[in-house]
Amino acid sequence: MALAGGIGSGGAPSAQPLLRLSGIVKQFPGCLANDHVDLSILPGEIHALLGENGAGKSTLVKIIYGVQKPDAGEIIWRGQAVDINSPSHARNLGIGMVFQHFSLFEALTVAENIALGINDKKLRKDLTARIVEVSEAYGLPLDPNRAVHDLSVGERQRIEIVRCLLQDPKLLIMDEPTSVLTPQEVEKLFATLRRLASEGCAILYISHKLDEIRALCEKATIMRLGRVVAECDPRQESARHLAELMIGASLKAPIHGRQADAGAATRLVVRNLSLTSDQQFGTDLKQVGFEVRAGEILGIGGIAGNGQNELMAALSGETLSAAADTITLDGVAAGKMGPDGRRASGGCFVPEERNGHGAVRDMTLAENALLSGYRRRGLVQIGVIDDSRTTSFAGEVIRGFDVRTTGPKAEARSLSGGNLQKFIVGREILQKPGVLVVAQPTWGVDAGAASAIHQALLDLAAQGAAVVIISQDLDEIMALADRIAVIAGGRLSPAIPVADATIETIGRLMGGGIESGLEAAHAP
Amino acid sequence: MRLEIIPRGARSQVWTYASPLLAIALTLATTLIIFLLLGKEPLEALRVMWIDPLLTKRGFSELFVKAAPLIMIGVGLSLGFRANIWNIGAEGQYVMGAIFATGVALYFYDVESFPIWLLMIPAGILGGMFWGAIPALLKTRFNASEILTSLMLTYVAKLVLLYLVVGPWKDPDGYGFPQSRLLTSAASSPHLIPGTRIHVGVVAALIVVAIGWFLLSKSLLGFKLKVAGQAPRAAAYAGFSTKSLTWLSLLVGGGLAGLAGMFEIAGPIGQLTPALPTGYGFTAIIVAFLGRLHPVGVLFGGLVLALSYLGGEKAQIALGLPAAVTMINQGILLFYLLACDLLIRYRISLPTRKVA
Amino acid sequence: MDSVVFTSVVLSIISASTPLLLAATGELVTEKSGVLNLGVEGMMLVGAVVGFAVTLTTGNAFIGILAAALGGALMALIFSVLTLTLLANQVATGLALTIFGIGLAAMMGASFVGQPVGKLPALDLPYLTDLPLIGRILFGQDGLVYFSFIALGGTIWFLFHSHAGLVLRAVGDSHDAAHAIGYPVIAIRYGATLFGGAMSGLGGAYLSLSYTPMWAEDMTAGRGWIALALVVFATWRPLRLLLGAYLFGGITILQFHVQTLGLGIPAQMVSMLPYLATIVVLVVISTDRSKIRLNAPACLGRPFHVSG
Repeated sequence: MALAGGIGSGGAPSAQPLLRLSGIVKQFPGCLANDHVDLSILPGEIHALLGENGAGKSTLVKIIYGVQKPDAGEIIWRGQAVDINSPSHARNLGIGMVFQHFSLFEALTVAENIALGINDKKLRKDLTARIVEVSEAYGLPLDPNRAVHDLSVGERQRIEIVRCLLQDPKLLIMDEPTSVLTPQEVEKLFATLRRLASEGCAILYISHKLDEIRALCEKATIMRLGRVVAECDPRQESARHLAELMIGASLKAPIHGRQADAGAATRLVVRNLSLTSDQQFGTDLKQVGFEVRAGEILGIGGIAGNGQNELMAALSGETLSAAADTITLDGVAAGKMGPDGRRASGGCFVPEERNGHGAVRDMTLAENALLSGYRRRGLVQIGVIDDSRTTSFAGEVIRGFDVRTTGPKAEARSLSGGNLQKFIVGREILQKPGVLVVAQPTWGVDAGAASAIHQALLDLAAQGAAVVIISQDLDEIMALADRIAVIAGGRLSPAIPVADATIETIGRLMGGGIESGLEAAHAP
Repeated sequence: MRLEIIPRGARSQVWTYASPLLAIALTLATTLIIFLLLGKEPLEALRVMWIDPLLTKRGFSELFVKAAPLIMIGVGLSLGFRANIWNIGAEGQYVMGAIFATGVALYFYDVESFPIWLLMIPAGILGGMFWGAIPALLKTRFNASEILTSLMLTYVAKLVLLYLVVGPWKDPDGYGFPQSRLLTSAASSPHLIPGTRIHVGVVAALIVVAIGWFLLSKSLLGFKLKVAGQAPRAAAYAGFSTKSLTWLSLLVGGGLAGLAGMFEIAGPIGQLTPALPTGYGFTAIIVAFLGRLHPVGVLFGGLVLALSYLGGEKAQIALGLPAAVTMINQGILLFYLLACDLLIRYRISLPTRKVA
Repeated sequence: MDSVVFTSVVLSIISASTPLLLAATGELVTEKSGVLNLGVEGMMLVGAVVGFAVTLTTGNAFIGILAAALGGALMALIFSVLTLTLLANQVATGLALTIFGIGLAAMMGASFVGQPVGKLPALDLPYLTDLPLIGRILFGQDGLVYFSFIALGGTIWFLFHSHAGLVLRAVGDSHDAAHAIGYPVIAIRYGATLFGGAMSGLGGAYLSLSYTPMWAEDMTAGRGWIALALVVFATWRPLRLLLGAYLFGGITILQFHVQTLGLGIPAQMVSMLPYLATIVVLVVISTDRSKIRLNAPACLGRPFHVSG
């Protein structure tokens, strides 16, 4: 394996690189996103760009796709130095991109969405027919006349891929394409990508999922903190070695040595929870039910957009239930209580989105401590805020959870994602909840902070709290939870012990196979 | 030369206070240019508009008389604006407060021994709250935009006023003029300093500022309003009910506008006339922004805008400028203010892109 | 009802509806691109005074109308620079625009108050205009009335049948996605906002050149705000805007007729009708939250800044 600096050892030596980047630098306020990055991609190659969140992968591909301009460095496309100044320029050169968060327009139809991504007027003629043609040829079925907000996440991704394919790309960039797919859908996607590569289209595949990269890619460039740290053939490397390169340090894995106590008291009961989503294109909850005991961690897996947000809102009290007894917190029927009442009954909550939901960006950490802590920590007396107690509570969170900041007076926006997440999780845990519900506790968080958060959740359960983790990261659930349930289409599968869960079962449940999962569970 | 707008890591403390001052300076500079274009001696005009009104005891005291309603309404509006409740119908609530207060005064027209103006205070507040409650109800119950409903109600309130002064409340001895009877001295708020028109309402405005400051800076209620405005989802997460905050904002905003209307009726104006709505309710929007949506800031904002009214009147008389100059000035001031606020969150820089 | 009365009622409804239709069509395009410009009232007033003043000075109504559109567009330019380039709050800036517009129009129009101007000429067509009953209604209108329909038709074609219109809707639906595939979000929004300003200017010019025709301070009397409400009423669909504008035109005219009927209802109460009707209409439409959510441009009123 060649370390950074020595470029282009892989692939056929005679072939001219399709794309070569050298010395790419991109500086953002307070963050050097790309620090002299070199990268070269051969025609027909499936090339992995590997790295943690925040390693600079997304910035680099945005530069290739003309969304961002580099501060310094050179881009050579098919032997010519180019200055890619816009995405449409990139598309004209033959570069297509499928975004991680799809650049789709919910209110428009599939055909309209695709038309928006095509510069060439001639190509926009007979578009509907061509969409059907291309999508069938590559096994990506799509109805051009449906509105996007009616489509599943997998179908939405197909729109982006078909949009790229219609323009006959030489290089297809895929940014974290599988984070929203079921294992079965991932297999289908890989078949499509392999076929494309065999037809000569190079693929730049961005991911942090090591198994996928080892299964799909023939070359990998590994980034850390804005720099290329290694290049290798991922098929020849162990997942562990790749992970170490990516993270740069070996991590202490959380110790999952607890034995769930079957006799412990049930602290959270959800029964027959059905709710109509109040979001524009949300998912309705359908008869969701589960129980969590003291000292237990329940993981709720599933693909994004299958009702996780609605479930979180229903549990935290942001959405009220029709009947009080659908949700019971430590014996108190809490279905019709708002968040304040649920906190009084022992519930604490960490929503998925940090900015603007779990915390207010433009407010200080002390104010953010007040946000959810005013009830359980007694920070308000007869309507008046107790400033000194609020500040000392914030300080307690900062010290207890190693939040890197200047102090309680710092604004939340000045913190990095990982530090803010530690603050939010710490704020909830230090309220000594009887029941803690967390959504995506380590989403977009650096490895060090993630491991600290995981440990804190395990400790809280060990102290007798009931913990629910709603996460799209299966590895996270497998590492922390005692039992796992899967949410799909607003329905929750029965929870099964993590030890009994296989990738196949979970994958089937994620794809909406809950009915069959139920049958299996009820089978004698 | 192209300027780039770059987000700051944290909000600039300096610009939080400096931006209104910069906006005032830019407004003055623009006014100078307008005067030049109108063929007036610019510095002379500036002196007439901004300095002359302050030179006499009476002029100086008028500043506070004019500022009192602006400050009262401005404090109420800034609480609501903090929560993104855009009550822009304060003018109507002000009129309604004046109508309710006049109703009380006319009902007790023959009573002379009791200070009727004390009864008019709750009546004025109630009138404004009533007019604010309608958009609150329509917003919370039917999801109708409070911006449009509160504004439509302003037109309705003005028509109600007109109906009353040409109809049931018309002064029988008023030679047919569309106005109510002059209020009795029992229904007038007492003057506090001899030789000036400074009345109880001025002190009330200061009390409103103090209460507003306490609510916004020290109470959970103020915190709720701020969170609801900056991050509605965080407010829902914290358990702060948007509905009750909407009600609160419109009731407090309406009530304070009504109080301002009452003190105008019981003080400087002295009777219900079609000339009552002079745009205080709209000017108070500028006052609120100039004051950074902070009650103490609103106090200063109110004084600045009151000066612009007095200056506008002087300019009309001394320079023959049209009355509309005051409104143009106010509009320009708000433009500059909104533009300067950019500096709090962003910095402007020349691009420093190194060519690859 | 005899045909003379019928014709005169319909004609008066058309002339009461036209300014609303013009301004609301412009605002609809602005809002479809994701920009909420609450300054319609101010832009209409400036259009009204500019149209009036230029027509009176040049003696040419066509130049006057063009100047009114330009005046409205310039007002919208102030709004665009503040909200799109300098990222100011759209609600507050819209209010500032209205306050500024009222003052500016009053100052510019001070010397024109009470002066007469020739009403916009009807574009009569031989024979057709003389047709019984419908002749004057269909073929005896002035240019701005016809233009209000052409503009509406053009807007429908542009928004739903042209690629540029698709891009504009896309920008209003998700500015981040539109930016990611490379569309100039800010430039498109500038265009849509300026169009909205020009149309508001025309709506104002219709008031001062045809509806009254004269100039008076605050002569729009809240029509700019009603136009804003109409866009919500129409749930951002142009054809329903036509219905809404004529409904409100009808209510305005109804108000005059109720007054002449002598039912003993005070004139001020009757004058409240259009404002109360606006509130009722807003309430009826807004109650169905899902309808608003499905049709409102998802980015309406949200600032866009390229970062990260």
